[in-house]
Amino acid sequence: MNLLFKLAAKNLIGAGLRTWLNVIVLSFSFLIIIWHKGLLDGWDRQAKNETIKWETGGGQYWQSSYDPYDPFSLTEAHAKIPSTLDSLVSAGNVAPVLITQGTIYPRGRIQSILIKGINSNQKLLKIPSSLFIKNSEEIPALIGKNTATDNGIKEGDLVTLRWRDVHGTFDANSIKIIGIFDTDVPSVDMGQIWVPLDHLQKMMGMPGEATIIVTDKEQQGTVNSEEWKFKNNEFLLKAITDLIKMKSVGGFVLYIILLSLAMLAIFDTQILSIFRRQKEIGTYIALGMTRGQVVGLFTIEGSLNSVLAGLLAALYGIPLLAIQASHGMSIPGGSKGFGLAVADRIYPVYSLGLVITTILLILLTTTIVSYMPSRKIARMKPTEALRGKIQ
Amino acid sequence: MENSTLISIEALKKHFLTSGGRFTALNGIDLKIGKAEFTGVVGPSGSGKTTLLNIIGSLDSPSEGRAIVLGQSISDLNPKQAARLRRTELGFIFQSYNLLPVYTVFENVEFPLLLLKLDDSQRRKMVMDSLEWLGLTDKVKSMPSQLSGGECQRVAIARAMVKKPEIVLADEPTANLDAANSHHILKTMVQLNNEFGTTFIFATHDEKVIGYLKRKISLIDGKVTTDEIRNN
Repeated sequence: MNLLFKLAAKNLIGAGLRTWLNVIVLSFSFLIIIWHKGLLDGWDRQAKNETIKWETGGGQYWQSSYDPYDPFSLTEAHAKIPSTLDSLVSAGNVAPVLITQGTIYPRGRIQSILIKGINSNQKLLKIPSSLFIKNSEEIPALIGKNTATDNGIKEGDLVTLRWRDVHGTFDANSIKIIGIFDTDVPSVDMGQIWVPLDHLQKMMGMPGEATIIVTDKEQQGTVNSEEWKFKNNEFLLKAITDLIKMKSVGGFVLYIILLSLAMLAIFDTQILSIFRRQKEIGTYIALGMTRGQVVGLFTIEGSLNSVLAGLLAALYGIPLLAIQASHGMSIPGGSKGFGLAVADRIYPVYSLGLVITTILLILLTTTIVSYMPSRKIARMKPTEALRGKIQ
Repeated sequence: MENSTLISIEALKKHFLTSGGRFTALNGIDLKIGKAEFTGVVGPSGSGKTTLLNIIGSLDSPSEGRAIVLGQSISDLNPKQAARLRRTELGFIFQSYNLLPVYTVFENVEFPLLLLKLDDSQRRKMVMDSLEWLGLTDKVKSMPSQLSGGECQRVAIARAMVKKPEIVLADEPTANLDAANSHHILKTMVQLNNEFGTTFIFATHDEKVIGYLKRKISLIDGKVTTDEIRNN
């Protein structure tokens, strides 16, 4: 086997341009597959980390009627915050959030909105709720940059807010935008307004109540109540996981196309090699190689294309991917509309597992593609091969 | 006939299926070839010379009859056994040299020794010896494309002789060479035959080659017409 590797390497290098064309095409495939997968992995990691920091924390207790996809459930979805969490709420280590529907009238236009009440002392989420403490406005409010941009709202603006309290009575007041926060997590930004929890409880007539309670990981299972159901991050981040999976399927199609192109080049070269090198094949057999050894030699020659491609891809790919991993990749502005966390820049993550899997995948497919045409050698008559007669 | 018999052929027939029906290339050949012979199978194109050499070289097998080479019946060899016979005991010289184009002269000559799994130093010595016999020591690093036809054929002879095989089979070895080169190569082969006792079997219709033969077997339409011992 060692001998076959040496001979195959020699033949491959000796083939010159034919080899390098294959190797270049294959190295592109290596690089684009790794880059694309790294980008998805980076997005996945970034989206989940940001969503945990801004929205889900270490998990959430949901009031049993709460259904984020059914706005009508919000009327019923509120309950007293369990007393077992009182000390943690006071310390800011859990963050109860009361959610209700409302309407704002920015610049004379009507806009439906979710009103979310959150404690000013919470330390769990990145929502800059501490700004509430510094403001003595009647109703201070925070909004995300995208909501502000969409509605033409600036910091310091007074906006009319209308809501319906626990008794079904409509009420309205002016709120002052005391801060605009920038986040990569659209689900805490788009169509939402954040006000102090105690204010919203008073506005709604729901003292001490919340719709969800954001906790850290350690609080899982500490609330033993039919009213509150714990949702872990696996559940809360499912939308992101599903989207990445969907993107991965799309990416898989891209891999197949890229791999097919590269494999077609290898297959074509192998066919051409066997066609053009019949005399050489006959000579190998005359000199004492078995047909199996010759098939092995040609298969290894084909497979070594992917080894050379891996080395070439490493040569120009490592610096390229490293630069991109440190500078990130700019994402077009409109992508916030996806409804999922997409940062302005995605930093691809290239794990060792990803690189090794890609190398093995390409090596395996190249070997198979190299072997298939090489089997023809086993059926060749050495006497005909020696004469270079097409078989 | 000299010494012991290396090749014994009895009632050998070889048929090929062609578009025009069955073609008989060899039609009942009986031959014995002994050690250190310098024999030529002579005849016009299509007389069956190459087919006979291919069978002796275990590259093909008889349709009928027997061909026993170094005690092994060619018909009974499986592909691995046939490859072993070629690898260890037989050397081939072809009309168009069949050198491996991406290998240097040294590597081409070394190739049969790689298949025999000899160690580095042993291989190096044998290759250099072989190149010295053929006067090619100054071409060690040359590629086949940089050599003349005569030089290429000398490399091919060096490759056939490097493992000192029992039998060398040469199919029209001078067909692509001019007269001077042909004589040079033939003299070298006579010298190797005398020095190492290697049996040389040629398939040829070249008068220059015939002039050097010690035994001339004439073949017409797959049959031996004459078999004469010559005094060269």
